[in-house]
Amino acid sequence: MHNLFIGELAERLKNRQISSVELTRHFLSRIERFSPALNAFITLTAEQALIDAAAADARLGKGERGPLLGIPLIHKDIFCTDGVKTSCGSRMLDNFVAPYDATVVARLKAAGTVMLGKSNMDEFAMGSSNETSYYGPVKNPWDISKVPGGSSGGSAAATAARLAPLATGTDTGGSIRQPAALTGVTGLKPTYGRVSRYGMIAFASSLDQAGVFARSAADAAAALQVIAGFDPRDSTSVDVPVPDYSAPLSRPLKGLKIGLLREFFDGLEPRNAALIEDALNIFTGLGAETREVSLPHLPLSVPTYYVVAPAECSSNLSRFDGVRFGYRCENPKDLLDLYKRSRGEGFGAEVKRRIMTGTYVLSAGYFDAYYLKAQKARRLITDDFRSAFETVDLLIGPTTPTPAFDIGAKMNDPVLMYLNDIYTIGANLAGLPGVSVPCGFVDSLPMGLQLIGPHFAEAKLLNAAHQYQQATDWHRHAPRGYE
Amino acid sequence: MSLTRQDVEKIAHLARLSITDQEMPVYVSSLSSIVDFVDELSRTDTAGVVPMAHPLDGQHQRLREDAVSESDHHEKYQRNAPAVTAGLYVVPRVIE
Repeated sequence: MHNLFIGELAERLKNRQISSVELTRHFLSRIERFSPALNAFITLTAEQALIDAAAADARLGKGERGPLLGIPLIHKDIFCTDGVKTSCGSRMLDNFVAPYDATVVARLKAAGTVMLGKSNMDEFAMGSSNETSYYGPVKNPWDISKVPGGSSGGSAAATAARLAPLATGTDTGGSIRQPAALTGVTGLKPTYGRVSRYGMIAFASSLDQAGVFARSAADAAAALQVIAGFDPRDSTSVDVPVPDYSAPLSRPLKGLKIGLLREFFDGLEPRNAALIEDALNIFTGLGAETREVSLPHLPLSVPTYYVVAPAECSSNLSRFDGVRFGYRCENPKDLLDLYKRSRGEGFGAEVKRRIMTGTYVLSAGYFDAYYLKAQKARRLITDDFRSAFETVDLLIGPTTPTPAFDIGAKMNDPVLMYLNDIYTIGANLAGLPGVSVPCGFVDSLPMGLQLIGPHFAEAKLLNAAHQYQQATDWHRHAPRGYE
Repeated sequence: MSLTRQDVEKIAHLARLSITDQEMPVYVSSLSSIVDFVDELSRTDTAGVVPMAHPLDGQHQRLREDAVSESDHHEKYQRNAPAVTAGLYVVPRVIE
């Protein structure tokens, strides 16, 4: 049952071959069996899940149909869930019970999905390995000595281990695509503004975007259909009609122009490059045309991001002050001491490092040299993408430079850790949609192929990813022990 | 080291973060390496480039009718507060 795709599960639910309660029990028992070793969850909501599943069954019983009705899922613990602890992976919010649902959560709830729990993540989504979580690292089901990637590591690991057919995530610099690649699942980051950020705890507001993990592009399309759309509660939500994402999946790729990002291939590890070459051959076989394109400013992405994102984070995280919600230190001697110690004790090391980086680049005397400069570099990078999309429909490249690395390997060198996101950050800076799909193995660990499209080209991205998955079976591989 | 201990102490104060003596050398070194790393930007010619604050063009601040759209949930929201009295957040005395 756990190897079925969402479309197949929905079919069985529709035909009443299985009930949502049975499905929910099945995944809950897998979670009970596998999650302790993986540490993929912060909170389990088993009791409520069975109630919600029974409600979905009642809707199905009345003849109601929907692509996600009765489907179990996991929410990243960055999404507010009414009445359920929402920690964002931080000690700061260890005691926080969200008083409302994020729009993503509300929409998926209305569609009849069943939340099994809240997944572990890097603290405040700041990390590329899921090692910065207050609740400890998540392990990669392909090899538990390896990281699952981050920041949405729990959602990725749980999807790969077949603990749920669907999980939500957020992507500020690669936090969906990078863990999807390292755990061998499909991860979709939509266009900035396509999915509401309301109720999604903010990290870097001009970069943050919600998306999903699933085991196929078709499943991701079904989920995007539900979460995409304008939300007046998010001031940067875009009022652009939501197209049908499922019907175009089957379109042939004949004539599709795919650009190979030259900058992504410079210095790429040969075995990784060989997998991308194989994928290109698949796409050419499907009728697509490939050509090399250059984005000369793309190498500036990582330094640009590590100015812009910390700057926005230092501002966003000023709300955690020990006064209205979250952690408060013991016996503050005055208000300043309350602020400083609540924040100093409530935040972990990487979050403090980013807040301080952001404070520095925004401070008097450094603002022009760092923050303004980075905003200008961001424009140059975005313009490069825009020119590229004048000649090609999609861009293609690896999702990550290497497969999953050892837990602990990069924790003492933040810059080395930041370079994990070298291929994913560009899309965030330019607000573009991207998808990572499994494309093979290096050292028995999964690798990801990344497709990037112009703004609001999710249907085209998913179409290409789906056609690739029709021609390959990389997305069907399960980690050993979780089949 | 591009940042000194004094620099980091000042940044930590501006960010309202208490940093322990043990943590301090780690931050001096890691923040220095981050600043050195992002300094790569200074070698890029950005003359005449308009800074970009938002990834989508043509976005503007939406206006809405000046009408009540939300009901009062302060009791529910304040259940997450560390200390509340009579609907007010309690902090250490500020004015003697």
